[in-house]
Amino acid sequence: MEIELRGITKRFGEVVANSDVNLTIRAGEVLGLLGENGAGKSTLMNVLSGLYRPDGGEILIDGKPVQFRGPGDAIRAGIGMVHQHFMLVPVFTVAENVVLGVEPTGPVDFLDLKKARAQVREINETYGLEVDPDEYIENLPVGVQQRVEIIKVLFRSANAIIFDEPTAVLTPQEVTEFFAIVKSLRSAGKAIVFITHKLHEILEVADRISVLREGRIVGEGVPGKTTDLELAEMMVGRPVSFKVDKTPFSPGPVLLDVQHLTVLRENDAVAVNDLTLNVRAGEIVGIAGVQGNGQSELVEALAGVRRVAGGSVMFQGKDITGASARDRHRLGMAHIPEDRQRTGIIAAFTVAENMVLDTYYDSRFSRGLAMDWQAVNQNSAAAAAAFDVRTPSIFEKAGHLSGGNQQKLVVARELNRDTKLLIASQPTRGLDVGSIEYIHKRIVDAREEGDGILIVSSELDEIMSLCDRILVMFKGRIVAEFGAAGRPANKNDIGLAMAGVAA
Amino acid sequence: MAIETVQANRKLDTQAGRQSRIAAVLLVGLSALTAMVFAQVGDGDAVFRLSRASDAIVLPDLAVPAMEFNYIAAGVLAFLGVRLWIRGGSGRISLSLGFGLLLAVAAFLVWATVGKAFSLTGMLQATVVRAVPIALGALAGVLSERVAVTNIAIEGMLLAGAFTGALAGSLLGGWGGIAAAVLVGGLFGLLLAALVVTYRVDQIIAGVVINLFVLGVTSYVSSQVFQEYRFLNNAPVFRVISIPLLSDIPVIGPVLFQQNIFVYGALIMVAVATYYLFYTRSGLRARAVGEHPRAADTLGIDVYRIRYINVTIAGMVAGFGGAWLTLGLVGRFDENMTGGRGFIALAAMIFGRWHPVGALMAALIFGFADSLQQKLALLQTPIPAEFLAMAPYLATIVVVAGLIGVARAPAADGKPYIKE
Ligand SMILES: Nc1ncnc2c1ncn2[C@@H]1O[C@H](COP(=O)(O)OP(=O)(O)O)[C@@H](O)[C@H]1O
Ligand SMILES: [Mg+2]
Repeated sequence: MEIELRGITKRFGEVVANSDVNLTIRAGEVLGLLGENGAGKSTLMNVLSGLYRPDGGEILIDGKPVQFRGPGDAIRAGIGMVHQHFMLVPVFTVAENVVLGVEPTGPVDFLDLKKARAQVREINETYGLEVDPDEYIENLPVGVQQRVEIIKVLFRSANAIIFDEPTAVLTPQEVTEFFAIVKSLRSAGKAIVFITHKLHEILEVADRISVLREGRIVGEGVPGKTTDLELAEMMVGRPVSFKVDKTPFSPGPVLLDVQHLTVLRENDAVAVNDLTLNVRAGEIVGIAGVQGNGQSELVEALAGVRRVAGGSVMFQGKDITGASARDRHRLGMAHIPEDRQRTGIIAAFTVAENMVLDTYYDSRFSRGLAMDWQAVNQNSAAAAAAFDVRTPSIFEKAGHLSGGNQQKLVVARELNRDTKLLIASQPTRGLDVGSIEYIHKRIVDAREEGDGILIVSSELDEIMSLCDRILVMFKGRIVAEFGAAGRPANKNDIGLAMAGVAA
Repeated sequence: MAIETVQANRKLDTQAGRQSRIAAVLLVGLSALTAMVFAQVGDGDAVFRLSRASDAIVLPDLAVPAMEFNYIAAGVLAFLGVRLWIRGGSGRISLSLGFGLLLAVAAFLVWATVGKAFSLTGMLQATVVRAVPIALGALAGVLSERVAVTNIAIEGMLLAGAFTGALAGSLLGGWGGIAAAVLVGGLFGLLLAALVVTYRVDQIIAGVVINLFVLGVTSYVSSQVFQEYRFLNNAPVFRVISIPLLSDIPVIGPVLFQQNIFVYGALIMVAVATYYLFYTRSGLRARAVGEHPRAADTLGIDVYRIRYINVTIAGMVAGFGGAWLTLGLVGRFDENMTGGRGFIALAAMIFGRWHPVGALMAALIFGFADSLQQKLALLQTPIPAEFLAMAPYLATIVVVAGLIGVARAPAADGKPYIKE
């Protein structure tokens, strides 16, 4: 089987997500599709899987042009896709998810779940995938959920399988297992597309590499011949360096002291379990871990937006366990939330308004009941300039900025004052390389000024390059510490700790 | 992960703990009410009649010594409350609270009946009858919210069904009336689907618009046209059909098997809907559309089509439920005769956790409150009739605010699906 994309163009209103893209996918081969966030990789593959209809160009299968009116057509043509955000119904079982759309039935439309379970077991055995067909998706770790997605695709006898950023949610060990699955699928004669923005992964598993930038194919490469620096330059459009510069580690007194902290989710499940940690002045502490191990709840509790169920939080010797978010803010704590769209900014507000979300009540910006807009605007313009927020004007709606500039806006708001402690959750998730570099630099600057910094990130590379001390969180507890007093940071050991393998 | 794995000596501030403290306070309050008001009746029995003289099997009356019963009830309530307070989240909150409420209602009934006789079976029979439009409305809600279309328009659909039932019933007879009510209900379902699925009108606004439209049109016609041409508003009422043998069972017989076709229809529809949603291919797809429409779309399932179909069927069910008001009860249409039952149905849907059987159970609770206030008016208690009329709504608030806990709506509920 050979699939050819010819001159594919896809627009969303003004945005040209794909422009005249040509690509060939062959059986028994892994095509690596490399590109930054927003380059148009997902859009291109959504066109191939029938979810989007292209504005121009055509798709050929074995030389014959095909038209997909919907994902059903693509599935019937043998194309399966494992989406970046999994397409699984959390409250359904594995078997229900796998058969959805092609269900075995009996009389009166009866859903034959017994047969469905048997079919799932059959695929499990053929491809050596271990998944319990009766387990509910919401109870499964992401690595297993991904296997369910693969089973779904195989169940529909796909010949071509597209993986959209499959490794983003996996621990390093799960990534290794995943690559083994990809290789076995390749030797079973499947055509594979592997999408990522991580260079070393694509070099490890791809047979050919195509690089996408701003919707266009800007270059090709072959592992072994093309180097990672060359690929990075194609991807970003300029030379990049992978290093973060910072001065030697010399921490000051303890700023944040967390003792036996327990935080619950809405359903009373324990999210943070009797956790103890501290952050000193002038150090960057990183919390590594697979998403969903309580990091979000920990950060929310520390920022004062989630109730603490047990334990204590001290800041500069003062008990702030029950303090409000505003009190913490006044004490000099800053918080970059993990979801900038939802909790970082108000998309419908202007850049200027977003800049004073935390300080609007201050006498600098308001008199009595009235806002002093002149002061607000002056302050915002200065902060936007100082933090490189690229916006047509400070009166632009924050929702219209690119992800990188939205995040820089959040960083500007949080750091453009005298701070002592920064808590940052996923500070660079989904950003372009330029913005990542910039935000890392501002974080390191804050450290040089003597701030304490706590970073939560699921990007291990980010944690390793930025942090002085690395704590690994698993099932709500700190299970390992690396760097400084602990063991030297080592990707393999951290990965094992992230997977809960005690060392 | 269980809470037990946390150090046992530290007390955690849990959600369940807070809920159980609220429930405990409520129970102790009920206990006080029972002891200080309901038990102050002097000597005397409350007589509950279980059978009519004409029944095949006649059970003796139930005579309850009022004061003694109510003091015991107050004691049990206090015990439940204190136990819940001490045990915290580990006690079964909703079980204790549910049992406690039941006991308080019983104490109230005993207090209201003392020195008189009260037909328990009659009230239960009325409960089932009164539950019908709420159950059918809630079922309509379940069917549309399971595919993620919030259905505020149930009230309007019920009213449209009632109106059409009366009009078409007057002209075509009872069965013609039902058919027309179902058809018109379905049309409003289709309209709601078109508004929210195709045109992505805000779902709350679309529902409110339908409610106001139906209220306006039916009120206008009934006040202008029906006044003039009374034969247009004079429909036959469906008679009670007794099911042989089963209807002779004491208590249960009259309650479940001596009813008209609306009651039987509602029970059958609940059973069919349960089978459809949870045991068929179409049901699996419908639920997938309500939980994760994009996932369904990527598997080649037509999200829009499924939403259209389910919301239309929901409208038909509500239309049938509305016809109960006219064809099943009084035979004529009055302005705004649904009186908010559509909204109570929404509460029943949520309380019933978006499950047809749960919705039916919840509807029975509301039906009970409804028939209770009706029968109590006959007993001439010192409580004003207006206050008794509030009972169903009071029950709604207590149930929605206090008892539901963490019911989980379909994940995509209320959200439009945009393909690209
Ligand atoms: N549904 C959509 N509506 C509007 N714009 C979109 C949509 N999906 C993607 N885009 C835009 O198209 C561009 C490419 O996005 P995407 O294909 O998701 O990139 P990638 O997968 O490479 O990160 C981005 O600028 C993104 O904002
Ligand atoms: Mg993508």
